[in-house]
Amino acid sequence: MPLITYREAVRHALAEEIERDRNVVVMGEEVAQFNGAYKVTEGLLARFGPERIVDTPISEAGFIGMGIGASMLGVRPVMELMFWSFYSVAFDQILNNAANVRYMSGGQIHCPIVIRGPANGGTNVGATHSHTPENVLANHPGVKVVVPATPYDAKGLLKSAIRDNDPVFFLENTMLYGEKGEVPAEEYLVPLGLADVKRQGTDLSIVTYGRSVLHSLAAAAILEKEHDVSVEVVDLRSIRPLDIDTVLASVAKTHRVLIVEEQKPFASVGAQLSYMIQREAFDELDGPIHRVTTVDAPAIYSPPIEIEQLPNPQRVLKAALEVVASSE
Amino acid sequence: MSKKSTANAEKPAEAAPSVTDYSRSPVNSRLSREQKIELHRKMVRIRRFEERSLRAYQAKKIGGFLHLYIGQEAVAVGCCSLMGKDDHIITAYRDHGHAIAVGMELNPLMAELYGKATGCSKGKGGSMHYFDPSRNFWGGHGIVGGQIPLGVGLAYGIKYKGLKGAAMAFMGDGAVNQGAVHEAYNLAALWKLPVVFVIENNGYSMGTSQARSSAGELAKRAEGYDMPWGQCNGHDVYEVRACMEKYLTLAREKHQPSTVEIDTYRYRGHSVADPDNTYRSKQEIEEYRRTKDPIQVFQQKLLAEGVLDDATIEKIDAEARAEADTAAEFSEASPFPTVDDIQKDVYWEADHPTERKSKGRLFFD
Ligand SMILES: Cc1ncc(C[n+]2csc(CCOP(=O)(O)OP(=O)(O)O)c2C)c(N)n1
Ligand SMILES: [Mg+2]
Repeated sequence: MPLITYREAVRHALAEEIERDRNVVVMGEEVAQFNGAYKVTEGLLARFGPERIVDTPISEAGFIGMGIGASMLGVRPVMELMFWSFYSVAFDQILNNAANVRYMSGGQIHCPIVIRGPANGGTNVGATHSHTPENVLANHPGVKVVVPATPYDAKGLLKSAIRDNDPVFFLENTMLYGEKGEVPAEEYLVPLGLADVKRQGTDLSIVTYGRSVLHSLAAAAILEKEHDVSVEVVDLRSIRPLDIDTVLASVAKTHRVLIVEEQKPFASVGAQLSYMIQREAFDELDGPIHRVTTVDAPAIYSPPIEIEQLPNPQRVLKAALEVVASSE
Repeated sequence: MSKKSTANAEKPAEAAPSVTDYSRSPVNSRLSREQKIELHRKMVRIRRFEERSLRAYQAKKIGGFLHLYIGQEAVAVGCCSLMGKDDHIITAYRDHGHAIAVGMELNPLMAELYGKATGCSKGKGGSMHYFDPSRNFWGGHGIVGGQIPLGVGLAYGIKYKGLKGAAMAFMGDGAVNQGAVHEAYNLAALWKLPVVFVIENNGYSMGTSQARSSAGELAKRAEGYDMPWGQCNGHDVYEVRACMEKYLTLAREKHQPSTVEIDTYRYRGHSVADPDNTYRSKQEIEEYRRTKDPIQVFQQKLLAEGVLDDATIEKIDAEARAEADTAAEFSEASPFPTVDDIQKDVYWEADHPTERKSKGRLFFD
């Protein structure tokens, strides 16, 4: 299988869907002539022309709202947010209009829009540029939220997202854009709402998604080798819909849970997961659910310290050992 | 009224302002008798519908907000009467008039106010959130100014699909101060999108007069985006049509967006919860009602033209009252949605389970 980067995987998904469906349009700041702020859309303008690859002004409320309106007429816009952090200036459009219009119209209006872009810390850009809003977004019934960790997942999930008839928010990660992975040359889809067990294990379930999957896998290797702890890593891939069954199956196998997420702790995705696990698998648990999150403060700039604020393999390792110790 | 002077507006082509007889504008002179009567009938139906809804509200049959359009009828009716099959409209929460103007039936509209399953949005939207995509009516939006980018998106969709239509995006005089409106103006002008922004200037945003909320002339802000703009009176349905026809044609044929400010007035409080005794005088309301009531003004014109006579006027009014009463009875007799209905119409896939592609839980408890 060809080895390509996460960035290329996203780009290939866009190109294939533009070719497949005349209604698909890619829009955003710097996506066309500049080739993308993070070069995700590089070459697409040359290949598909300005009708399909559209540069917008710096006007998130305006162009996201415009995309939502166009989607009501059957266009399938894929809007790039240069950073998901900028969703705040388009919040009304995203969460009042995209998320609600189907409901408020009694199911008469569909809104098949995708909004995509990076949502992560770790690049020393400070608090305004490091938001991870998947919990905020997923709090709104009517929307879907996807956070892929690997090139394979990014491509397959984005293609499914573009074909979905409801708004899908697709959260990428600038720290992953250069990561390589195997991606088949032939077409495939990854359905939304299907978790993936990225590593099998028997002693501890780490439930995670996004870049934290990579940290968890790194920690799992050390745990296996140096501590004789066999870790299962469940990558959610999709936050809403949520594949809780795969999580519960893993819990039934290991009886210990550590959640790892690049989220502020209060009302995070992990908080929701913890509720569901205790509610649905209480008797399977040998001890309390533990969690590694972003340290609860706005994103710090200071480069070496930001690494410590976010989940990282060392923090995961330490927390995993605590879970094991507390349930022995 | 506390509006600013409006000296610089571009008047409709036929204009020589106050003395112009807009019945002679081509868009009006080509109307048949029946079409003229239909314009009148629509305005009367809107008014009777709303008066009936107010009584239902007072009888506690309706919850939440109820923003009445009474006094503004000629705006929605005039504008929507110009719509062809590829034209689209979107507006804010004061949306009953537009819904009736595009041809929605009174039964589902009233039932929506009653929160019934037979409502146009199955009781899920309420007064502020009427929709009928089958009539190119895209709402009904509760956030001031939030619908305007969507209106630009409709125009984008029209152009992208190669259709020869236009979108009308309605807002109030208070909405012009929202950032999203300006972003939408810029996109429309930059990309030559077929949209007409319509400011229904009724002089007040809730209890705040235009003078206390907005610097400069409202429609003139379009100049900053190199868009043509115009102003007209909103109490004469002929004038509304004459003015809007010009800008709709620009949009449809030249993909030239524009902003049109239509002066109008609401007789009732901002919503029925507004006691309406803090920001304007009763005399002001009475004065408008006496001299500029859109139904009376048009009725007089049609009487003079010999299109209407007293008996027909009486008949139209009686029918409209009866239709509104029937709608209230229909609503009364209709069932409420069920608790199971709460989670329908949230996700397309949940409503089409056999076609579902995704896995996992869509809903949580
Ligand atoms: C973003 C936002 N802010 C405030 C409100 C509350 N609100 C509803 S209508 C309104 C006044 C708007 O006036 P205008 O735009 O002139 O429209 P009109 O009511 O006169 O039709 C206000 C303040 C709201 N719905 N949305
Ligand atoms: Mg107003």
